[in-house]
Amino acid sequence: MTSTHIRNDGTPLDLAWVKATKINKSAVTRHIKTLAGRRTAKKNAQIAWQLKAISLIDLTTLDGHDTDDRVRRLCAKAKQPLRKDILAGLGMDDLELTVGAVCVYHNRVKAAVAALAGTDIPVAVVSTGFPTGQVPVAPQLKAINQVVEHGAREIDIVISREYVHTGNWQAIYDQIKAYRDACGPAHLKTILETGELGSLANVYKASIVAMMAGSDFIKTSTGKTKVNATLPVGYVMCRAIRDYERRTDFQVGFKPAGGIRTSKDALSWMSLLKQELGDEWLEPELFRFGASSLLGDLEKQLSHHATGRYASGRYMPSS
Amino acid sequence: MTLKTAFETLAYVPAMESDATAQAWLDAHDRKFGLFINGEMVGQGNETLAIHCPADNQHLADVASATAADVDNAYQAARAAFTGWSQLSDHKRAQYLYAIARSVQKHDRLFAVLEALDNGKSIREARDIDVPLVARHFYHHAGWAQLMGQTMAGYQPLGVVGQVIPWNFPLLMLAWKIAPALAMGNTVVIKPAPATPLTALLFAEICQSVGLPKGVVNILPGGDEAGKAITAHAGFDKIAFTGSTEVGKIIRRATAGRDIKLSLELGGKSPFIVFASADQDAAIEGLVDAIWFNQGEVCCAGSRLLVQESIAPEFFRKLKARMDKLRLGHPLDKTIDMGAVVDQAQYKQIEAWVQLGISGGADCYQANCVVPTEGAYYPPTLLTNVDQASPVVTEEIFGPVLVGMTFRMKSEAIALANNTRYGLAASIWSENINQALEVATKIRAGAVWINSTNQFDAAAGFGGYYESGFGREGGKEGLYEYVRSAAETRLDLSTLPERDANWGAHTPAFPIPANGATTGVDRTSKMYIGGKQARPDGHYSYAVLDPKNALVGYASDGNRKDIRNAVAAAHAAKGWADRTPHNRAQILYYIAENLAIRQAEFVDRLRAQTGATRKAAEQEVELSISRLFSYAAWADKFGGTVQETPLYGLVVGLTEPVGVIGITCPADAPLLGFISLVAPAIARGNTVIAIPSQSAPLSATDLYQILETSDLPAGVINIVTGNQDHLTKTLVEHDDVDAMWYFGDALGSREVEYRSADNMKRTWVSNGKQIDWLNSTAAEGALFLRAATQVKNIWTPMGD
Repeated sequence: MTSTHIRNDGTPLDLAWVKATKINKSAVTRHIKTLAGRRTAKKNAQIAWQLKAISLIDLTTLDGHDTDDRVRRLCAKAKQPLRKDILAGLGMDDLELTVGAVCVYHNRVKAAVAALAGTDIPVAVVSTGFPTGQVPVAPQLKAINQVVEHGAREIDIVISREYVHTGNWQAIYDQIKAYRDACGPAHLKTILETGELGSLANVYKASIVAMMAGSDFIKTSTGKTKVNATLPVGYVMCRAIRDYERRTDFQVGFKPAGGIRTSKDALSWMSLLKQELGDEWLEPELFRFGASSLLGDLEKQLSHHATGRYASGRYMPSS
Repeated sequence: MTLKTAFETLAYVPAMESDATAQAWLDAHDRKFGLFINGEMVGQGNETLAIHCPADNQHLADVASATAADVDNAYQAARAAFTGWSQLSDHKRAQYLYAIARSVQKHDRLFAVLEALDNGKSIREARDIDVPLVARHFYHHAGWAQLMGQTMAGYQPLGVVGQVIPWNFPLLMLAWKIAPALAMGNTVVIKPAPATPLTALLFAEICQSVGLPKGVVNILPGGDEAGKAITAHAGFDKIAFTGSTEVGKIIRRATAGRDIKLSLELGGKSPFIVFASADQDAAIEGLVDAIWFNQGEVCCAGSRLLVQESIAPEFFRKLKARMDKLRLGHPLDKTIDMGAVVDQAQYKQIEAWVQLGISGGADCYQANCVVPTEGAYYPPTLLTNVDQASPVVTEEIFGPVLVGMTFRMKSEAIALANNTRYGLAASIWSENINQALEVATKIRAGAVWINSTNQFDAAAGFGGYYESGFGREGGKEGLYEYVRSAAETRLDLSTLPERDANWGAHTPAFPIPANGATTGVDRTSKMYIGGKQARPDGHYSYAVLDPKNALVGYASDGNRKDIRNAVAAAHAAKGWADRTPHNRAQILYYIAENLAIRQAEFVDRLRAQTGATRKAAEQEVELSISRLFSYAAWADKFGGTVQETPLYGLVVGLTEPVGVIGITCPADAPLLGFISLVAPAIARGNTVIAIPSQSAPLSATDLYQILETSDLPAGVINIVTGNQDHLTKTLVEHDDVDAMWYFGDALGSREVEYRSADNMKRTWVSNGKQIDWLNSTAAEGALFLRAATQVKNIWTPMGD
């Protein structure tokens, strides 16, 4: 993250704001349906947005069978996500293009930090009992302290969904605030797991509570549940970020994760952010994709732009 | 834009939908088009309309402009085609409509691109809204054609229909007109607007390609001459028009007395109500779809914003911020929200309205977005600091201009929403379903959208209340605009009387010799107004004579002030509509019960006035009691239908009362005629001013005591006796009367229709043709119930 960005300090919990939440799902759905017809990036805009999308990716591996070598391969890809000849073919040779971050489990942090040494690419770590959050808080605080010491610069936490369903916003606020304190200089990215929250109103409420508790980013999902990032959910989270900025002047980042696999998906999300929050949210300081296979599609699309030929993944270096 | 710049700015660049095929199609026609008459393109020698794209003024084509002679030729072709078309099997007509729907879909992109070029609307809207709705309309009506025998038993096609459509949704309005007409077995002559005929001409080629029989559809691009020729042509059995209220009134007058069906879809100034309980951001996106859809050139645009005062400052701040994010650009650009308005004339008119608003003290906010300098682009505009007296609030602007006001409470929102001469649509935003549904039922408009806006579908009829016109397009309710009862024949127009400026003049009457009548205790028949028996304002009475000119008694000779008082009483009684249907039924049954008790007295009175035989008089009274039973039964069995639209939610077509109805009763069947008309009206919640048979009014005035003892609330039925045409004249010219039913002669029918135009009241006239009141098939049922109601479709999306 660049040093110019002002971090969200959070605010006291404002339960009146939580209670005043009104989200009309049918209207949200209709609005989002028309967005793709109202905005599209084509020609040079399309290429530019695809290049930009690469810089917004949290290149992720979150598997039980991850090893340090696997993580090193991923980091190599993170450092050079697009073949140099493709960049040259687009006339963008001098573009220093990397992904936004590399995202791994706790046990892989050291390997990732070592592999990315000498770059600005941060290591993000999923934490706090990811993906379910069904763990006690205190040990997680120690674990966060430890990975931050090991060089993790972003901590992706999950909230306890039980508190959403029991309406215990104070508990969620306290929990996130504790994690934020444990992060120290590292940035806190709070996963709401929106597919498990039951309603768009709960998505909005969880979003504003997470921001009041000091989250630097709010993130849709773990990618480990049936329903991941959807545009209507993302739109509601954007509304929360917009409202929070209006009240506090803090700009909070947004990370959709899970299910974003194609260039077209990515550009729809960028259109959404541009429309609802503005161009500032098209930078890695405020926007990330949580994705593992998106990069492959972007490479192929950009290769097509550079050569005029439809591309094969066989010609793209794998991670 | 270079790639480097694009990467640094992440700006949109125009993403143009290709118009190559559309241009090739225009070129293939040498950019010259004729008129589509009897299956052929003709009229190549006519004067032409130069068709331009309003976004860049590019010349698209020259199109022949239809003359009055062309209209007659097209009419003759349609008339010749009618016999064959109307005698085709339902299934065969369904096949043609299905083929049209399929063909529109096969060429949908060409239709969309042509529409965007011709009209200036965005390709997104043309592609995602207009053209899919067109195909849907033909599919849906292919179904109605298939089912006509089963669902429309007892009805026949009208014949040849003349249709005039506007430029704002050129192809969609064509579909709304043609599909139901053809489904019900009619043939058509349709005139597209002079600025936007291209998709209609492409549609003509679809008609050719599906092998539609020649003359079934005739398409005549043209201007005033052709439009006037259609409305003046005596042959058409129906005129359907969509356009301005001003022209609608002209058409109403031009066609008065001709015994044609008329449906008019006119202007609007539709309220968009945002309660404090609303999802504000959702409501703001709704506004984008309400007033910045189709550049605001939409008759049902949500152009009148009413925001609850407690949230108004924040709401207007958010709205302005949202306006700044709107993008204007070439209609074919896929990155825009709004294209160009239809032409420079429209642009200037919109600008004049905005300037008028500003000079009246309005605050004007125009979106801080890039407005192309060439072409007819008008920026999204918000006028605040306006009030109910501002012309920009009361008049239709037909452009991307929103007026914004506040309200304090629900009752005030309803009152402000209804404080208009229009009644086309309304949009209500609230997360409180009780609040939203209540307001939806209280707003007088043909379409009400809860937490949504500008929803359309072939399965839900669209049309207005009041000066927004009458008739419905879509749904089963729309089919009745294109049929008449199987038994009904149209008036012989050679007998159409000339209009009479002195129609309805009347000098009050004076006493006459009794001429041998028997005397007993003298009875005085007064007016029945507001539940009270009232002496006539003019203090005159007229003699009621039997067929041998013997005096039966005197009836009050009413005047315009009696009518005024009766209308006021009818309005004061409008709570009648809020009574439960069960309660209205109970009262109708009770009236029947009390009439039965006094059956003998009513038989005698009928005989005294009309000289009827005892048997005939007894039959009339018995049928009157039966008819009261029928409408007591109907009081809770005609509430509406669930409309099967694609909406995820409920669309309910409510049959609402029309309001205050004036009823001029037939001369014959003095009791049964009165009851046959008044009972359906009040069963469905209307209040009435009835003018009984002029020659035999006493059967109606005898009812007072029955009405008084039957718990009928004061003012629901008001009875004014006297010269029927004199009283009808005041009723039909009264702005606060919503409908006029007239069962007098052909001249009176013509005068009623002509004079109804000033406030666009609904009319139902006999044209001098008699209904056989003794025949329950003809004199009772759905025809009467439909006249007593109008359909309001309430759209309620669901999900949370």
